[in-house]
Amino acid sequence: MTTVSMTVNGKAVSGDVEDRTLLVDFIRVNLGLTGTHVGCDTSQCGACVVHVDGKAIKACTMLAVRAEGSEITTIEGLAKDGELHPMQAAFKENHGLQCGFCTPGMIMAATEFVERYKVSGIELDEAAIRKELEGNICRCTGYHNIVRSIEDAASKM
Amino acid sequence: MYETKYHKASSADEAARLLAAAEDGKFLSGGQTLLPTMKQRLAAPTDLVDLSQIDAMKGITIDGKKITIGAVTTHAEVASSSELRDVCHSICDLAGMIGDPHVRNMGTIGGSIANNDPAADYPAAMMSLNAEIMTTKRTIAADDFFVDLFETALEDDEIITAISYTVPSKCGYAKFPHPASRYAMTGVFVSKNVDGTVRVGVTGAGASGVFRHEGMESALAGTWTADALKDCTVDANAMLSDIHADGAYRANLVKVLAGRAVASSC
Amino acid sequence: MNEGIGARVLRKEDKRFITGEGRYTDDIVQPNQRYASFVRSPYAHAKIKKINKSAAEGMVGVEAVFDGKQLTGDGIGNIICGWMIHSKDGSPMNMGVWSALATETVRYVGDAVAVVVADTAANAKAAAEAVEVDYEELPSVIKPDAALEKSAPQIHDNAKNNLIFDWEIGEEKATDDAIKGAAHVVELDVTNNRLAPNAIEPRSAIAVYSKAEDHYTLYTTSQNPHVARLVLSAFYQVAPEHKLRVVAPDVGGGFGSKIYIYPEEIVCLWASMKTNCSIKWTAERSESFLTDAHGRDHVSNIKIGFDKNHKIVGLKVDTIANLGAYMSLFSSCVPTYLYATLLSGQYDIANIHCNVRTVYTNTTPVDAYRGAGRPEACYLVERAMETAARQLGTSPAELRRKNFVGSFPHQTPVIMNYDVGDFAANLDAAIKAADYGGFETRRAEAAKVGKLRGIGMSSYIEACGIAPSAAVGSLGAGVGLWESAEVRVNPVGTVEILTGSHSHGQGHETTFAQLVCDRFGLPADNVQVVHGDTDKVQFGMGTYGSRSGAVGMSAIAQALDKVEIKAKKIGAHMLEVKESDIVIEDGEVKVPGSNKVLGWHEVCLNAYTAHNLPEGMEPGLKEGSFYDPANFTFPAGTYICEVEVDPETGHTDIVQFVASDDFGTIVNPMIVEGQVHGGIAQGIGQALLEEVVYDDNGQLLTGSYMDYAMPRADDLPSYQVSHESTPCPSNPLGIKGCGEAGAIGSPPALINAITDAIGNNDLSMPATPAKVWAAIQAAGTKQAAE
Repeated sequence: MTTVSMTVNGKAVSGDVEDRTLLVDFIRVNLGLTGTHVGCDTSQCGACVVHVDGKAIKACTMLAVRAEGSEITTIEGLAKDGELHPMQAAFKENHGLQCGFCTPGMIMAATEFVERYKVSGIELDEAAIRKELEGNICRCTGYHNIVRSIEDAASKM
Repeated sequence: MYETKYHKASSADEAARLLAAAEDGKFLSGGQTLLPTMKQRLAAPTDLVDLSQIDAMKGITIDGKKITIGAVTTHAEVASSSELRDVCHSICDLAGMIGDPHVRNMGTIGGSIANNDPAADYPAAMMSLNAEIMTTKRTIAADDFFVDLFETALEDDEIITAISYTVPSKCGYAKFPHPASRYAMTGVFVSKNVDGTVRVGVTGAGASGVFRHEGMESALAGTWTADALKDCTVDANAMLSDIHADGAYRANLVKVLAGRAVASSC
Repeated sequence: MNEGIGARVLRKEDKRFITGEGRYTDDIVQPNQRYASFVRSPYAHAKIKKINKSAAEGMVGVEAVFDGKQLTGDGIGNIICGWMIHSKDGSPMNMGVWSALATETVRYVGDAVAVVVADTAANAKAAAEAVEVDYEELPSVIKPDAALEKSAPQIHDNAKNNLIFDWEIGEEKATDDAIKGAAHVVELDVTNNRLAPNAIEPRSAIAVYSKAEDHYTLYTTSQNPHVARLVLSAFYQVAPEHKLRVVAPDVGGGFGSKIYIYPEEIVCLWASMKTNCSIKWTAERSESFLTDAHGRDHVSNIKIGFDKNHKIVGLKVDTIANLGAYMSLFSSCVPTYLYATLLSGQYDIANIHCNVRTVYTNTTPVDAYRGAGRPEACYLVERAMETAARQLGTSPAELRRKNFVGSFPHQTPVIMNYDVGDFAANLDAAIKAADYGGFETRRAEAAKVGKLRGIGMSSYIEACGIAPSAAVGSLGAGVGLWESAEVRVNPVGTVEILTGSHSHGQGHETTFAQLVCDRFGLPADNVQVVHGDTDKVQFGMGTYGSRSGAVGMSAIAQALDKVEIKAKKIGAHMLEVKESDIVIEDGEVKVPGSNKVLGWHEVCLNAYTAHNLPEGMEPGLKEGSFYDPANFTFPAGTYICEVEVDPETGHTDIVQFVASDDFGTIVNPMIVEGQVHGGIAQGIGQALLEEVVYDDNGQLLTGSYMDYAMPRADDLPSYQVSHESTPCPSNPLGIKGCGEAGAIGSPPALINAITDAIGNNDLSMPATPAKVWAAIQAAGTKQAAE
C-alpha cells in the first residue's frame, strides 16, 4: 500500500492504495465520489473524465499514485456555491442527457475544451465541438442535444 | 490489472537504475497504451518506472530549423505549441489527431515511438522527417529505429530522451482514422527537403508496421504534386488485412492520402 | 407556466445526473460486501471434463468458489425463454438447457462455468484466473445458415440440425401465385448485421441476503424489476416473490439489453445466501461484449411483385434468424411476432408470406435490441421498395405513395390491424423539409468537388405497446403486457405516481408528472414519480418496446380518472354543489363562473382528515389502475437521408437527415425529439459502423471499442425532426410511442442514400469505408464492362 495525497474539489484528501489502483477507483471507492463513471476498459468511452491540474484526462487511464500532489476536479466539484456551472445548466436546458451515465464525463470534457478554445481564440463551431467529443461516447442522445448544450454553454462561459 | 510497483523517476539515469533493479519492469510514460494493456491483463510488469515527470525530458526546443522535442512532451503540448506551429505545422496537426483530447493530455511522443504501434501516427512522421531518436545510450536514425510491429531498436533499459529533426522545406500529413479505435487506418507523412529529396512515411497500412514508399518518394522528388503519384503502385499484399479492411483498400488509402498530404503541405 | 401535455418541461431528474449524484447500481455499497468474478469459457463449444477449484480457493481474500453442479444441486432452475413459438408443423420450439453456470457443456465464448467470491474485485478476478477448467473442445458453428447444414455440430440435443423452430405467417400459395403473375419482381438477399447494445453503464448487480429474515434484495441494472423478480422466483427458484426485493435504481441505458435476467444476477443471489455476504458484480466492457444479449443477425430473401401499374401484388420473405447459443427471455418473439407482422410496411398488400427458421449457433444469445424485429422488417421492405423504384424507373417517393394504405382501420394479411395514420402527410413533410426536389442540383454541386451525393428514403411503420394481454397470450407470450399505476395524493396535495414502467433515460420522472399537471394544474415540482423498486411499487411490466407512453402513461391516466372522480365528489360535497358542476384546474376545485372555489390542497386534506366526506365514502385519495390496451399502436413516418461519399476513400458523410414521425399525442416534445435523435444515431450506427464479428472458431473479434465502432459525435449529423400526428384511438391519451422509431426507420434510408450515391445497390451493413470503396470499384468495373 502507498499513501497518496491530493486535492480533490478543493479539499485535501489522502488514502492508502495499491500501486495498481487507478485514479478512477480511488475517486469512486476511497473517496465515495461516484459521479465519475467507468463505461469501458479500453480508455475510450470518456465516462471517467476528470480534470487533473486543469487538464481533462481519463481517470481510468492514470494511476492514483501518479496523481500525487495534483489538483483534481470531479463532476461533484464543478458547481460553485450551489450555482451550477454554465455547462451543467446548459445540459439541462438543452436536454443534453438521457440516462445520465456518460454525462459527467461529457461535462468535464466540454468545460475543458470550451476554455481551451476561448484561450486560443479559435472559433468553436459545431464541427470543432463534434471533433473535440471524440473521446466521449454517448449511446442515448445521438449527440444532437449535447452539441446544442455545449454551444449554449460556450456562449455563456 | 495484476499487482505492480510504481516508481517515480526524476532523471533518466535514475529511471534506468530503477528498471535494472526491477524483476520485470517497464517504463511508464503517458500510460495511454500501457495502462489499458495492463487493465486487460495482457501485460504484467512487476514494476513501473514513471518517466513522465523527468523535467529534462520535457519541452520543445526550436533552434532555427532544428526541432527537438523532449520524450515526455505530451501530444497536447505539441499540438498547441504556437512556436512549433510557426515553423512546422504538420507535426502539430499530426499530434492533434492522436487519440482524443484526454489521451493527448497524457500521451507522450516518446511513449508513442517506443511502443511502435503499427497504427500510431508519430512513426510515420519520424520516418518521413528523417528524425533522430535520442536515447540514454545513443542517437538512432528513424530508419533504423522502427523494426517491426511493436518492435524497435531500443534495448530493454534504453530510454528515449528526445527526438530531433530538421524542418524540411515542405511537409504534410494526412490520416484516415480507423472507425472504431481512431488510430490510423492509414496515415501518410510526406516531406520534401531543401536538397530536393523526398521521404514518405506510411503508418497503419503496412503488414510489418511503418514503412517508407520509395516509388512515391522518387515520383514526388520529380514533381511535388498529388498528380505525380498517379502511376505509383502500392503492393496490396504487403498491407495489413483484417476485419476492418483488406490490403487492397489500405493500398488505395496509401496512395490517396499521400496525395492529400502533398496537397496540404507547406 | 403550463407544464401539461405538450409542454417542453425541462427534466426533473437532470439535477442529480449533472452534479454527479445519480445513483447507479455500481455506486451502491452494502455492508459485508464481497465481489464476484466469473470463470468463463474461452471456447465456443466444449465439454467440461473437470473443474479444479482448490488453487483458487486458497488464494488471498477468497470467500468461496462455486461451480454449476453446486448451483443446480441447490435446485436453481434453468434460464428460460418466456414466449412459446410453435413450428408450422405444430411442434413446440426446441428450447435447450441453459444453466446459469454450465455443468456439462459450454456453448459460446463467455459462457460462465464458475464464480469466485472474494474481498476485492481484483482478488476475485485473480482467483477466477486460477480456477482450472479442463475442456474438451468441440466443433463449433457461428453463421446462421451454416448452422442448418447437416454437417454442422449439434449444439443442443433436442434441436436437430440446430433448428429451434420453423415458423410461418401468411398464405404461401396465394403469395407465390401473386408474385408469379406479377409484371415485375424485385428480389434481394439481405443480411441484418449483428449488434452489441452497448448501454454505456455496464450491467451490474448486488445481491444482499438476510439470514434472519431469509430475505433477498437484488440491486440490478434492469429495465423491468418486477419481471426480473417473477422470473427469478417462479422459474429459477432463487426465492419466493415475497422474500425477494428487486431494485433497479438509476440505470444507464438499456436498449433491450437490460430486459433479460442473466446468469450473473441469479448466481449473485444464490451465492449471497451460500456465503451470507452481500455480493457485487459489475461487468467490464469486454465482459459486456461477450455476455449482453446481442441484437439482429438475420439472413433473409425478399421478393416483392408489382403489377404493371406499380401496385404491389405480393411480398414474400424467407429468413434465418440466429438466436445464439441459448434462447434468451424474449428471443423467440423478436424474429416472429415483432418482425414478420410488420412486413406489410405502410403498404396495402393483399398477399404476404414469411417463413422464419431460428437456429442455435455457438455465439452470444441474441434477443431484443432497440426496435427488436421491426428494424429487420423495415430494412427488408424499404430496401426492396427503393430498389424497385430504381428498377422500375420511377420516383421512390411516388412508388411508396402509390402503395400506401389509404384508409383506416386497415387489416394486413399478417395479423396487424393498423388503426390510424396519415402516411402521405409524413412523406410530404419529409420531402419538403429535405428539399427533395432540389437534390439533383446539390448532386451536381457535389460532383464538381469530386463527391458522390446520394439521397435515400424510408417510410417505416412499427408496432408498440404489444397487447392486449389475452391476444399476446394466445400467440405464446408467457406474461401479460399491461401496465400498472398508482396515484397517491398526499394530505397536503402533492402527488406521488408509482409506476410499473422503468426509466433508464426516457425522462419518466418528468413526462409522467406532466399528466398530473395537465389534469389538475399542479406544478411539476409537486409531483414525484416512483419506480424501479418491487417493495414500493405494485407489480408492473417495465419499459421496453416503446411501451411506457402508450401503456404506462395510459395506466396513470386511468388512475387519475379515478382520483379526479373522487376529488370531485369530495369537492362537490364541501361546496354543496352537484358533482357535475365541479371543474379541477389550476390547482383549484371549483364551480366555474362562481365564487365557489377550493384549493386542491383543501380537498386533499379533507380526504385524509375525513371530517367532511360524503356519506359512506372511504377516507383517503389514492387510486390504482392496471391498464391493458385494446390494440398495438402504430407509429410511422418517413425519413430522408442525404450523403456525400468520398469516392477515393469510401467515407460517407451524412449531410442531411430528416425525420417526420407520427407518434400520436406528444406529452413532451423535447423528450420525444431526444428519443428520435438517439434512435436515429443507433440506426446510423447499425448502417454505417457497427457489427459484431466472430472468427470461424467463435472467438469474438469485436470485443472492445477498439474494434466495435460506436457512433461518435463526429460520425453523426444534426437531425431535422418534425411530427405529423394522428392520435391513437386505442388508448386514452392518443399516444403511439417514440423510443424505437429512429432505430427502425434510419438504416434503410442511409443505405438507400449511399447506394444511390455510388450507383451500386449491392452493399451490406455496416457500410464501412472499405466496403463502400470496394462497391464503387465494383460498379466502376461493371460500367467499364458494359
